[in-house]
Order: sequence, then structure tokens, then C-alpha cells
Amino acid sequence: MEIINKNISRRNFIKLGGLSGAALTLGFSTPAFGKESLTEIIKGDTAENLGIDLNAWISIDTSGKVTITNHRAEMGQGSFQSVPQIIAEELEVNLDQINIVFAQGNNKKYGSQITGGSSTIRGNYKKLLKLSATAREMLIEAAAKKWSVTKSECYAENGFVIHKASGKKLGYGELVQEASKLEPPIEVVLKNPKDYKVIRKSLARQDTPLKTNGTAIFGLDKKLPGMLYAVVERNPRFAGKVKSFDDSETKKIPGVKHVLKVNRDVFGNMQEGVAVVATNTWAAMQGRKVLKVEWDDTGFEHHNTDQLYAKMKEQLKGDVISYKTKGNFNAAFAKSDKKLEALYETPYESHSCMEPLNCVANVTADACEIWGPIQGPDWIQGSLAAHLKLPMEKVTVNMTFLGGGFGRKAFTDYPYEAAMISKEIKAPVQVIWTREDDMSMGPFRPGMVYQCKGGLDKNGAIAAFETKMAGQNMGTQNPGADKSGYNDSVTEGLLEPYFESIPHYSFGDSPLESPVPVMWWRSVYASTNGFALESFMDEMALEAGKDPLDFRRKHLGNPRYQELINKLEEVSGWKKRGKNEGYGVAITECFTSIVGEVVKVSKKPDGKLIIDKVWAVMDCGWYVNPNIISAQVEGSIVMALGAATKHATHFADGKAVEKNFNTYLMPRITDIGEIEVHVMDNEEKAGGVGEPGLPPFTPALTNAIFDLTGKRIRVLPFNLEEV
Amino acid sequence: MASLTLKINSKNYTVNTDPKMPLLWAIRDIVGLTGTKYGCGIAQCGACTVHLEGTPVRSCSLPVSAAANKNITTIEGLSVDNSHPVQLAWIQEQVPQCGYCQSGQIMAATALLKRNANPTDKDIDAAMQGHICRCGTYPRIRKAIKTASQLMASTK
Repeated sequence: MEIINKNISRRNFIKLGGLSGAALTLGFSTPAFGKESLTEIIKGDTAENLGIDLNAWISIDTSGKVTITNHRAEMGQGSFQSVPQIIAEELEVNLDQINIVFAQGNNKKYGSQITGGSSTIRGNYKKLLKLSATAREMLIEAAAKKWSVTKSECYAENGFVIHKASGKKLGYGELVQEASKLEPPIEVVLKNPKDYKVIRKSLARQDTPLKTNGTAIFGLDKKLPGMLYAVVERNPRFAGKVKSFDDSETKKIPGVKHVLKVNRDVFGNMQEGVAVVATNTWAAMQGRKVLKVEWDDTGFEHHNTDQLYAKMKEQLKGDVISYKTKGNFNAAFAKSDKKLEALYETPYESHSCMEPLNCVANVTADACEIWGPIQGPDWIQGSLAAHLKLPMEKVTVNMTFLGGGFGRKAFTDYPYEAAMISKEIKAPVQVIWTREDDMSMGPFRPGMVYQCKGGLDKNGAIAAFETKMAGQNMGTQNPGADKSGYNDSVTEGLLEPYFESIPHYSFGDSPLESPVPVMWWRSVYASTNGFALESFMDEMALEAGKDPLDFRRKHLGNPRYQELINKLEEVSGWKKRGKNEGYGVAITECFTSIVGEVVKVSKKPDGKLIIDKVWAVMDCGWYVNPNIISAQVEGSIVMALGAATKHATHFADGKAVEKNFNTYLMPRITDIGEIEVHVMDNEEKAGGVGEPGLPPFTPALTNAIFDLTGKRIRVLPFNLEEV
Repeated sequence: MASLTLKINSKNYTVNTDPKMPLLWAIRDIVGLTGTKYGCGIAQCGACTVHLEGTPVRSCSLPVSAAANKNITTIEGLSVDNSHPVQLAWIQEQVPQCGYCQSGQIMAATALLKRNANPTDKDIDAAMQGHICRCGTYPRIRKAIKTASQLMASTK
């Protein structure tokens, strides 16, 4: 497989290859504002004649090469491998016959392209299977016609159609011309998963070789002729402005070309800064160092971390906005045999992708084109069109490989800023965020405080359960947003069957108003909810005198959950634990996948705590590539470990304190031992893979620490060495 | 400004630059080799690791003048066709996710294996703990270094 790290529209692709009419091109056409069910598979030339835009498409040329678009970002999660695997399966081609091209931002065409919510596969797999099977059926029909036999006498394999009786075969390339004259069949039969040859296989990722020899092009690697480099000295306070600046020293630095005031749109709030534009990155950085800026920091709160948390805790004493209730929590809690309460705190966090934010922009009089590590190309296209007052079709958004995303690179601020600088200086420019900029400017994962209350009946079952959450609502940051509603993420991470088995419950939130911009961080609210909910589940189990795994088993009657618990118990040796070993379990559910994790801890001879092993069982329903799933779960665990035991973002006088890896400490190779991942085999609907492995790790770890030491950790982050 | 000769991957480049510019930016912005990455600028993450006379160095914190006329190897110089045992092992163990830090990880692992053909877990810890991977590929990096060590032994 070849990955074409260049953006090509279907029209251009056909033009470039000189293939018009000599290729079989199929795509989706969804009527504007149409329902998913109205999506139809349509041929490329039909679309062209009707002037219809095709969604994700596949095209087979006369050499038999298959070219597909991937309308989602590749940020490490493996969509550049799993999408082609799906297509290869039903199209009956080898992976090396498939080229993949990066799609451009176009919401009208692709629908939402925001690579978030672990949605690439779960949101598109059925369509991709159908599209590929349709192309295969048309190729078989074309061959059958040529041979004057019936379709049922033929089958497809490895890019050929074969006549069963005679063994005659024709390559797809020889059939595309005929096939393109046929009408796509309305119905196609999809394979039984039992018969999969490509899906379910741990095939090596096709983007790996590009990432081991330095040829993968990330946003930071994009170069344009005549491109200049810019860094921006932004007001360190999120709502701050520039009063004045003195660039006399800056302009003396060789290579510095422009110094200009810029702004950055952070949820409608224009944070101001001064950009230094030069012929190379270093010169721009040197120019910035000697720039003198006077800030205007009036008219907004200069918060610090302690104030924010004190406010959240104060708010939890009052009423919350109710999200979901059943029965009568207060009455049932009052009558409970045993009662317990706990408060949990989780920190603000930076995404800190290894590739710091950056964006290349080229704005001309009547058009704008950008390149960058981008998770939400369609959102960015809309934002740029509005800000630059350009029609959508004049704004081109190109995705490169992303050096990590985790939610941060779905935001629109950094392309906007780059476009504004390019427009002003009338030249292509790359804006580079230094690590300090990337880490201290936000948006951040919001810090949260949770208050949990639980009542147990005389049999040790949960009779009443309440969770109140205080923290910023990511969904109400834009100016004029309706702030009266609940945050429907309050229960994100909680296993669905608890809503059945718990007779009385109440969930609600109290939103915190703060100038700190916040944004999705891998697994979003589940990343913090999971800690509170699954720690409290452990506390209730122990209060009830039950084994924590059995306690969960008893409340999760659904067979799918029972199977996962059984598997987790079996692989982790839960019941066979040795002396001086701490075992902790947690199970969470988000993006329609369920993940259970068991952590084993012990103390080294020097008394320091060590994580010996982590077992994870992932149930993501229908799945593609087990090795990619394992990799995503391993990575989620390491990322959770960082937020649990290594790093946090604090604020002092309205500014972020931690700015680089010397203070925002990262997990290292020395911090994590063996991780064993198991994937459940079932035919449930496909669930997410990139995020659901994260939430259960931290509570499984702290539950294991309690098991070993009797010490309950309710505030993150904590220092593993000091437990 | 100074005119310096950089010997990168056995090729000579003449660069006219501020001698204090870190080697990283000279390699990326002036020479135009982008496999070496910027991660932190303060030698904390290892994404910018290249070899200087065979020794791994943090190119973000080394003035370009200190590297002039010396042999510099970047990821592009390891092998273009991924035939180096460390690259082969990285592919076999499917190490990279986003891939951004992996140039630096691979250069550090290559230097480790050059001076220690059969590293223990402790040796791997010591050589690799200066390298951050936000995707959390650490368990696979450890495995790949051992695989590379075997590959190198079997091809000797």
C-alpha cells in the first residue's frame, strides 16, 4: 500500500491519472441534510454528470490499483490501516493494491470529519463494507458478461475475478471499463465475519515504514516555496490583550522580516499576541526573545488553582443541575444499612502531543489554503471561511500526519492564527508553537471535583447512588451559549447495566465558570469520571465486605458484561494473588466500548511501590485489527498513568505554571512494565478503540494500592514513590 | 553569521547561519531534512536525537557551530529502505503510533546497540529514559530493542 501524503480531490485524481472513463469509481452521495439511510452508492461519472459531490470514494484503475480517500485524521490510532483492511476484505484485493490519500476538509461531502469520540470505524464501517462489496459485485458482473456466464459461476479473489468451472481469470484492471458501465446493485450480501480473511488480522500497519525512516510528513515538516516561519508571543493570560509593543531589538535579528500584532480566537474570546516572522524558526525565536510587550490584563479574573478548586467544592454543597435520576435517592440513602461518602479531585491537564501545534497557511486575495496536523478539517474550514469572509470552496484544509492529537488538534485556534498572519504579510507562513506555548496556552482538560454518596442494603447491594460533578462544561464556552442545561457527560464512563441494577440514583453537575479554555482530552469526561465512579465502586464493595470483582459482577447482570468480567478474572489470576501483592480492578464504558483493567502492584525492597503488570480486556464489538487495538489500549494506559502520577497543569495569577517537560513530567520507559491486552470476540456493533482503554487504568491502580497498603487515594495526581 | 560545513549522512552542506543556532533548526530549516523532530527545545524529550561522531546528541541544544565538520547521522542516514536492524525491529514489533518521537527513539536505540550488542532491561532503561513517547509505545520499544539485538546477532 502506498500512502499519498498529498491531498487530491477525486476530480483531480481522475485528471492526473488521465483515467476519466477508464476507471471504476464508486462513492457515497448523501443528500444535503439527508438521513444516513438515504445515503446511496453512486458511480463517479454519474456524480460528475449530475454535479453531485461524492463522499468517501474508492477508485480502481486499469492497472488494478485501488485508490481510496480517508476522510479522518491519522494521529497514531491506525485509521490508515483499519480503513484499508475493511475495504480489502469485501473488495477482495490485497492491501498492497490499495493507495490511500488524505482527504481535504469538506463537511458537505464527508459529514463530520472531526476525528474524535473514537468514531472513525464505529461510525463508518458498515458503509465501507457495503461500498467495497458493491464494487466487487460490479467487477464480477462485468467478467460474467465477458465470458457469457452467470455471476454465480464466478467469484473474486486477490484482485481477480475467477470463473469457477474453467479457472479462467481476469484482473480488476481489465474489468473496470466494463464494470463502470454497469449500474451499482441495490443490495449486496456482506460476508459472514467467520469468513474474514483480512479483517480481524493483526496485519502490519502500512504507515509504519514511513515513521521509521523519517519520511512521514507531519504538519511541522510541511514546506512551501517562499515560506516564512513565525512564533507568537501571546498574552500568558487567556483573555489578555496587547497594550503596546517595542520591536526595535527584534528587527535587528538577522532573518526577522515582520513583527505584527495578532489574535487567537479561543471560544470567541480574542487573546492577543505579537508574531515574529523570519526566514527560519530559530531567527523568529530569537526575535521573540528580545521583543518587549506591555499587556492589558484588565477586566477578567486572574485565577489560581486553589481558588478554582475551592469554588468547585463550595458549589457541590449547593444544588446541582440534575441530569438523570431514578427512584428517590435521598429517601433510599437515608434508609440504607450502610452509608458512605467520598470526594474525588482530578487535575487540569495539557494534551502535550509530541508534535507541538503548528500550521502552514497561504492566504491570497481570494483564497486560503492551509496544511497542518488537524483533527477537525471541516470545522476549521468553516471557521476560516467565516473569519476571512471567503466562500467555503475557497478555503482548502489539508491534513498531514498528526504527531498526536488527543482532542487538542480538533480546535480551530491555531489554523486561524496562521491564516491571519499569512493574510497580513501576504506570504505563506508556518506558525510554530514552542513546547512552552503548546503546554501553557490551553485549551486544557478541565479539572473536576466529584462528590459520591452510596447506600448499601443488608445484602451488600447498592441501594442508592449519587454523583455530583463540579467543573467546567466544555460545551458552553462559546459566547451566548445556554448555560442553564445539564452537562450530559456526568455519567460518561459508567457501565450501562448499573442504571438497571441500582434502584435509586441521582446524577447532576454544577458547572464552574472560569476563563480557562477547556477541550476534549483523550476519553473526555470519562477520563476523570472513571476515576471517581470506579474508585467509589471499590469503596462500596469493600464496605459491603465483598470482593470488588464479585461486587461488580453482581450489579452487571447483562451477559456481555459477565463475559468480560469472567475473562478479566481468568487472565489476571485475580483469585490466585500472592502475598504482598495488591490487585485492583476497574471497568468503564465509553464510545460504546467496554474495557476492564486489573493492575497488580507490590513494594520493592526499598519500600517503593511498583506497578508489576496491567491486564486489559477490551470489548469493542465488531473490530478490525487486534494488534492496533492492543497498541491503543497500551498507549491509553501510559497516558492515564501520566495524568494519575506524573503531571498536572496548575494556574497562578491567571497563567499556567507548567510549561515544559522539566516541570510537566511525563511517564518514561522506566515507569511501566508489562501490559497484556485481550480483545473480546463477539458481533456486537463496533465500538471505539482509541480512547476507551484510558478511564479504567487510574482507578484500577489506586484500588490496587488500597488493596496492598490500605491507603485510599482520592486526589490526583499522586506520587507513586511516596505511597 | 558564519559559513559552516555540515557533514550530514556522508554529504557536505554549506550553511550560512548564526553559529548559535541549534543544530536541529539548521538540519530542518536550512538543510531541509525533516525526519529529526522538535519536541521541547530543552533536551528533555529526545525527539531531536541525532548521532554526532556516532554518539547520540540532543540537536535542539547543541549549537550548529559545535557540529561543524563532524560526522552527523540523522534518521534519514540510517537507511532509506528501512533495512537497518533497528528499523526492521521497529516494524516487526509495530512500535510507532503517531510516529513523531520515533526518529529520536530509533537513533538512541541504534547508539545503544552499537556500544552494547546485548542490552539488559536496565541498560535499556538507562539509554531510553530520556525519550518521551506520548502515545505510550514504551513496552514495544523495549521489545523492539531486544528484537534488533537478535537480528544483529543473527546477521553477523
